[in-house]
Amino acid sequence: MGFGFENITASIHNWLYNTFNPSIALLIEFILVAICIITLFSLLGLVLIMMERKVSAWMQVRLGPNRVGPKGMFQTVADTLKLIIKEGMTPDGADKFLFNLAPFIVMIVAMVLMAPIMFAKGFQIWDINIGILFFASVSSVSVIGILMAGWASNNKYSLLGAMRSGAQIVSYELSAGLAILTVIVLTGSLRISDIIESQQNGWWIFKGHIPVIIAFIIFLIAVTAETNRAPFDMAEAESELTAGFHTEYSGMKFALFFLAEYVNIFIVCAVGATLFLGGWMPLHIGNWQGFNHVMDYIPSSIWFFGKTFFLIFVIMWFRWTFPRLRIDQLLNLEWKYLLPISMVNLLLATVIAIAGWHF
Amino acid sequence: MGFIRKYITDVFSAVKSLLKGMKLTGYYFTHHKEIITQQYPDNKDTLVLPERFRGEVVMIHDENNEHACTGCTACELACPNATIKIITKFDITPEGKKKKALDTFVYHLELCTMCNLCIEACPTSAIKMAQTFEHSVFDRSQLTKKLNNPGSKIREGIE
Repeated sequence: MGFGFENITASIHNWLYNTFNPSIALLIEFILVAICIITLFSLLGLVLIMMERKVSAWMQVRLGPNRVGPKGMFQTVADTLKLIIKEGMTPDGADKFLFNLAPFIVMIVAMVLMAPIMFAKGFQIWDINIGILFFASVSSVSVIGILMAGWASNNKYSLLGAMRSGAQIVSYELSAGLAILTVIVLTGSLRISDIIESQQNGWWIFKGHIPVIIAFIIFLIAVTAETNRAPFDMAEAESELTAGFHTEYSGMKFALFFLAEYVNIFIVCAVGATLFLGGWMPLHIGNWQGFNHVMDYIPSSIWFFGKTFFLIFVIMWFRWTFPRLRIDQLLNLEWKYLLPISMVNLLLATVIAIAGWHF
Repeated sequence: MGFIRKYITDVFSAVKSLLKGMKLTGYYFTHHKEIITQQYPDNKDTLVLPERFRGEVVMIHDENNEHACTGCTACELACPNATIKIITKFDITPEGKKKKALDTFVYHLELCTMCNLCIEACPTSAIKMAQTFEHSVFDRSQLTKKLNNPGSKIREGIE
């Protein structure tokens, strides 16, 4: 592929280091990455919220937004403009410092999580050797932002939502972690680029037999819970807690929570696509040379974003189909079903990896 | 071993029922023809309302400007929130007897909940629910309506 992202980033890198001295070049690269990430964030916010509204409408036999712009395309742009214009209120009894800090913590966590994700072949911010561990550990920091928001709001609904969210994320991280481990056991590396390389001859969901398929399903359930989305939206719980932890937030501070929710969905789906569906790897079937060559012509970024958006669609499908769970049912599902199943599943995957039964 | 069996059947039946739900929403997602939302202000000319849609109470008049209301006040008694007020008068029949008849049928649209009880109570089917629904006006008094046309009278033979 002549026009891959790999060549672009490499040539920019070389040009910067040849023109400036290394520290200034590094600084310029930081700024470029920040600009890219912020642009990606705002684009993702606009696209994913639009997608959610259209998907929900079509699943509920409605039309969805169709007034602003062609086919309602600019609805989210108009919503964002409205949120920017609105006043960001701070309640009188709130802990003002923590209250104003919380949305930024949630947002910064989402930004940091972008670091190890490989968007296309050779297009990655930071290829650390503990990529997946980095994802698993940093993603749990966002619960601190949610707890902070709930506590600082000085509102019983916010506090209840935040505490529920804490219990939920702590529980579901276990099964998400075990599902990730299933693939790590087969791959033998935590580095994202190694994980993708290991799927050269087939994605793990096809190569790993039944344990990886079970792990994939458990991963999807657990990340739906971790991103606080329906049917596990205990933290927001519109029907019980008005809006949960962000009841007291308005204007741009609310928008940051909202944006972080959708960006988190993108990130967990990107990680799911990397682990189970081969990241940017094209679909290759055994020895069908012709078919494999055709697949190679599709750029790697399209493969990555296609898989990620497919997973995002599946998670939206969950949201608009399943009934919500009560908090006790939620914890039952994790501790009585998902955790034992994923432990047994991890054992199976380990046996397969040691015996070399995978393809 | 019974509990393990129950555990496994629980998991499988849960997955099966969730997949059933996803199949239905997936069907709706891919079949946009199922959408019955009316594009209201755009399709004003071709708007199709369901037969049982209840917009407001109207009185049926035939071509001779005659209605079927005897002024029996059954609708007024049936109305749960005093939407209808019947004002009666006495007609003199050809035989010289006095007979009770409808003078004014007052209908307060602003109080009506479209519950259909008056239509069911009417013994002579003099009133019905119309399909009109654009009821907004600038003054509340315009919502108080007289349902019988001026100069109308009761049809012959209705007691």
